[in-house]
Amino acid sequence: MNEAAAGAGLRARAENLSFFYGSNQALKSISMPVADRRVTALIGPSGCGKSTFLRCFNRMHDLQPGNRYEGAITLYPEEINLVGKGVDPIQVRMRIGMVFQKPNPFPTSIAENVSYGLRLRGMKNRARLGEAVEKALVGAALWDEVKDRLNQSAMALSGGQMQRLCIARALATDPELILFDEPTSALDPIATAKIEELIATLRDRVTVLIVTHNMQQAARISDYTAFMYLGELVEYDEAARIFTNPSKKATEDYITGRYG
Amino acid sequence: MDKAELGAHILSRYNEELERLRTDVLHMGGLAESQVQAALRSLSDGNATLASEVVRNESRVNQYEVEIDNECNRILATRAPTASDLRLVVAMIKTITDLERVGDEANKIAHISLRHSGMDRGLGDGYRVVRHLGRTVLEHLHEALDVFARLDAQAAIATVRRDRAVDEEFDAVQRQCITFMIEDPRTIRASIDLLWVARALERVGDHAKNMCEYVIYMVGGRDVRHTSLHEVELALKAGQAGKAGQAADGAAREGA
Repeated sequence: MNEAAAGAGLRARAENLSFFYGSNQALKSISMPVADRRVTALIGPSGCGKSTFLRCFNRMHDLQPGNRYEGAITLYPEEINLVGKGVDPIQVRMRIGMVFQKPNPFPTSIAENVSYGLRLRGMKNRARLGEAVEKALVGAALWDEVKDRLNQSAMALSGGQMQRLCIARALATDPELILFDEPTSALDPIATAKIEELIATLRDRVTVLIVTHNMQQAARISDYTAFMYLGELVEYDEAARIFTNPSKKATEDYITGRYG
Repeated sequence: MDKAELGAHILSRYNEELERLRTDVLHMGGLAESQVQAALRSLSDGNATLASEVVRNESRVNQYEVEIDNECNRILATRAPTASDLRLVVAMIKTITDLERVGDEANKIAHISLRHSGMDRGLGDGYRVVRHLGRTVLEHLHEALDVFARLDAQAAIATVRRDRAVDEEFDAVQRQCITFMIEDPRTIRASIDLLWVARALERVGDHAKNMCEYVIYMVGGRDVRHTSLHEVELALKAGQAGKAGQAADGAAREGA
């Protein structure tokens, strides 16, 4: 089959993961690998559970009482169960970055936005913070556009720049995995192209898990694609295969626009 | 993928576009087929009028190719087809190239027919040498179009397999022509023309085979060029069993 399914070079693996919003089961025993330093896309109609699944990775559901996980998400190489009871969600989020649909910079300066996570971790040395900010902004392909106004408000940036700033903020702490929840659905085609280009370059350093409603985007940027429906994982395979010759009829119907 | 699945897009105009394209490809195929038929008849009957008609109609085949090609490009650009839709469009783009070449071969035969209708000695009854080959090739071409219309991968494999018969018949015609030329050098001109006709027919057979391979790709998602037919057959059967199983599962779920 493929390298991820075979177990080589894994960053994470969901095993029989179920998730409940109170009594409502949103995820039904999902098992799939997340290949290391590859882009894995989650696609599926609204309400299929793809964002719910994504948010399990950084324990965002813990904020609501009554939510419950079953099964495991194993993070490699240490083989920590991310949704295990003894695992501190704060520690999980230190290692796993997240970028949301709408850019959400803090109402502070550009530099402070990027260095926030590092300062939270106790880094105080100004020179080192400055270096880290530059590195993250270069990594997010934003440096050239903002290097002369690092101390200006982040709220003055355009939507696409704000989103890249959020990516820089996520990159600054050197995460192992970055979760993207429809990162381009609020952006114009040019800004979208820049983010897609950026995700493609990130692949060399970090593992990416992305939820997208844009099927062509999933086809363009992902190495592996998972199709979810009604809380279940229907099909997981190499993106090239999913988009030319999926093996499940439900996947075929969805990606060709015959669903519904 | 079967034919019933082509008719259920959320975007009904997209549906209509794909369906219209498929119909156009079939029309083009019908035209190319009748061109080969007419060219052969003009040869057997020494009918120059019919041969001229074939030559005239050649531009219609070309016109079809250009139009279908444009429409396929437009669909690729505007609809970004995926999975079976993508395979359908890609297969159509390739199919029309082969059909256009079938038209070219018919045109060649018609030109040879025209040349001989003006000669005293002509081909005489030399046509019978290629008659059987012509019939076999036309059959294959017809099957290839039929297979495309019905999206029948199993039948496509059978047709691909039969292409060997065409090659064997072509060899036989060659040997016969060589014999004619050795026996009577005055037949050399006619024999060489017969060889050209046989060669054109053999090429038509190859195009029919290519078209069948595109159908197998379209239905099963497998590129079968340059692979053993036996492997393809096994893979297709396995794939179909899988899909049938899924359908049964789905029905069971709905029942529950």
